[in-house]
Amino acid sequence: MTERPATASGDGGDAGDAGYPTSPDQGETLLALDGLTKHFRNDGGFLSGLTLGRDVDGLVGIDREWVRAVDDVSFEIASGETLGLVGESGCGKSTLARTILQLVQPTAGDVYYKGRNFAEMGREELRRQRRDMQMIFQDPQSSLNPRMKVGRIVEEPMEAHGMLDAEGREARARELLERVGLDPQHYNRYPHAFSGGQRQRINLARALSVNPDFVVCDEPVSALDVSIQAQVLNTMADLQAEFGLTYLFITHDLSVIRHISDRVAVMYLGEVVELAETEELFEHPRHPYTEALLNAIPVPDPRAPGVRGRLEGDVPSPIDPPSGCRFRTRCPELIVPGDYDLTPAEWANVRAFARSVDRHEFEAESELAVRREFFGNAEPDGEAGRIVDEAIARLLTGEWDGAAALLNESFADRSICARGRPDYEVEPERDVDRHFAACHLHRDGTPPD
Amino acid sequence: MTAPLLEVENLRTRFHTPDGVVRAVDGISFTVREGEIVGLVGESGAGKSVAGASLLRLVEDPGRIVGGEVTFKGETLVGFPDGRAEAGDGSGDDADDRWRDDVLSAEAIRRRIRGREIAIIFQDPMESLNPVFTVGGQLREFIELNRGLTQGRARELAVDMLREVGIPEAEDRYDDYPHEFSGGMRQRVLIAMALACEPSLVIADEPTTALDVTVEGQILELVADLQAKYDTSFLWITHDMGVVAEICDRVNVMYLGEIVEQADVDDLFYDTSHPYTEALLDSIPRPDRPVDELDPIAGIMPEAIEPPDGCRFHTRCPDARAVCTEINPDCRPLDDAGRPHRAACLKHESVFGAGYRESDPIENEAAGGFDVGRTEEGTDD
Repeated sequence: MTERPATASGDGGDAGDAGYPTSPDQGETLLALDGLTKHFRNDGGFLSGLTLGRDVDGLVGIDREWVRAVDDVSFEIASGETLGLVGESGCGKSTLARTILQLVQPTAGDVYYKGRNFAEMGREELRRQRRDMQMIFQDPQSSLNPRMKVGRIVEEPMEAHGMLDAEGREARARELLERVGLDPQHYNRYPHAFSGGQRQRINLARALSVNPDFVVCDEPVSALDVSIQAQVLNTMADLQAEFGLTYLFITHDLSVIRHISDRVAVMYLGEVVELAETEELFEHPRHPYTEALLNAIPVPDPRAPGVRGRLEGDVPSPIDPPSGCRFRTRCPELIVPGDYDLTPAEWANVRAFARSVDRHEFEAESELAVRREFFGNAEPDGEAGRIVDEAIARLLTGEWDGAAALLNESFADRSICARGRPDYEVEPERDVDRHFAACHLHRDGTPPD
Repeated sequence: MTAPLLEVENLRTRFHTPDGVVRAVDGISFTVREGEIVGLVGESGAGKSVAGASLLRLVEDPGRIVGGEVTFKGETLVGFPDGRAEAGDGSGDDADDRWRDDVLSAEAIRRRIRGREIAIIFQDPMESLNPVFTVGGQLREFIELNRGLTQGRARELAVDMLREVGIPEAEDRYDDYPHEFSGGMRQRVLIAMALACEPSLVIADEPTTALDVTVEGQILELVADLQAKYDTSFLWITHDMGVVAEICDRVNVMYLGEIVEQADVDDLFYDTSHPYTEALLDSIPRPDRPVDELDPIAGIMPEAIEPPDGCRFHTRCPDARAVCTEINPDCRPLDDAGRPHRAACLKHESVFGAGYRESDPIENEAAGGFDVGRTEEGTDD
């Protein structure tokens, strides 16, 4: 590791001059989200929201759909820590980041930064506050202006915030280039002369130029080759230690998350489903979705046990998310409704049958064939049995939709998983403070305060 | 041991650009046997995709296959007349007179090999599906053309294949357009298309890279199931060591147009014999255990226009010595024990005998220097 001269983080001359709040101490809450929510209107186009027909009031109805990108997210980030935010594409993690930075207006909920609510700040104050919070994007190519020299790129944010004079800005830009592992001589080059990893370093230098405390990193290494990725991750860790930065690190890559984060929040369909200290989460996941994610990663070890719990189906649409727990439609551990008395084997069979009917995965040739295929080892009796009989009868008359609806209403929709939004603190396995897991399996636990 | 299905010998493909000649694939040799999944691994710019495309003579202008031989089931797909290998006569790869007499014509490859015997799956399913035709229609037409079935029979088979690759409500989804499918579902459609003609070999070029991890898991499992069922061989092109560990039987590691290590998957990970492979494995964060500090490969991959003299990895290699700047080692078997483990590194002194042990270590990017990731090219103004 290169020895670095001590300056920059301490050269608070530029940070203090405009009367900004000083950095909070390590471990204090830097950022707090309270019920943050962002819904987008799914307009699609000029007329797409209009519905013609008699079943609406008047002749023309307005049918607006809302994409519930982020729904009621609350958590805190302590000063100096890295919170990893992981989830699959479309889960709302990038929207959450943009909402936190007030780049899009939240639909509901509040963001507190250093104890102050963004919603209560005026425009000018918000603008000044933004200097303290920077963002780095995935694609290092498109986030750099190809016609600007690197020096200008790094200086621009300082200029926008009226920091230093021209000479001071240049000196700082050159110094930052060195800090992020580039040659200060590169000051006069254009971005095209740099590789992807180096461009991401330029982005880092630009973000750090205004001396922020908080940096949101949105998939910063996802576009880079693995060897380059490691270089950039190491640099980011060094810079964090040196400048006392707090990171919100967003990625879909669980290996990267495990490496860089202190705590990890897992998102699914707009909600945080689990949040815990990194090793606690990776070693003792308590949400079935987190478990499925962890099982799905290919491990770079041919001798690793190849058990891979396959997660069925696709992520549902955020326009009409499932009620209760949003993961329930794919969850391998859906809780049996209290109305029925089913053995685990019977319940597993009922769910497999309902899924196959819903997806129309087989042809129903005879009652016997269906029973043999799905209920060979355990067939429910009583009320549940009667519902299954009725569903099979509908299948044999070709009413697939009817059968699927009956099974859904009678089973999945009656589960506690469909009824209430899960919200539980569980007892951590490791020596850490808290472990949040939004899963009704933990309903005996305590709700979070 | 089963007979090789595909044999690649000293294959070379170049791109003639205004800046110079890019030696994208520079003399690679490997085999794929029946029922095997063989990995071709490397970072971007290593030449792995060009290698895959070259096998079926799909390299586009300004790229040209300039040397080597590819045989598949005893038929020659690429081969040059003696002494004509690098003749720059300006004709494209499709001009049949470039090739030796026993090489299949472009027409024969198109009709008999591509799609029917060797199928390709690409990374971006949207590019491989035509957005203005229905998914089912495209699959049906493909089956109809390649298997000579009637339209009705081809349709039945298309629906069967969609169901087989796990498309829910296959009958109903048959008439949907590609944009109505999710990324994972589109990749399933391409797998259905690739397997519809029951090919002997599938070239899969980063087929899961653009997918989410749970979807990737579904696809890898699907491929393993289908492979067991049809005994299809795969050439799996990827940069992801996790995927390699999970599905490959044997692996070829590429660096700057060359294969630097070739081994059974277990040997590659547990008896790693090339410093590049080692560095690649050390630089990845692990999902299954905490890693305190990543050990990245120093520097960046040099341009393939002017690859370094000697061993191409010597500029970034922690083990590099003076002799490495002079001799570019070929990929040789490491022992006579019959294990198919090859590596192109002079540090295996007993195999190469190039005087590595007496040679002095050299200063390079791996030896420290200023810091990682500095450019050498580019202009100061």
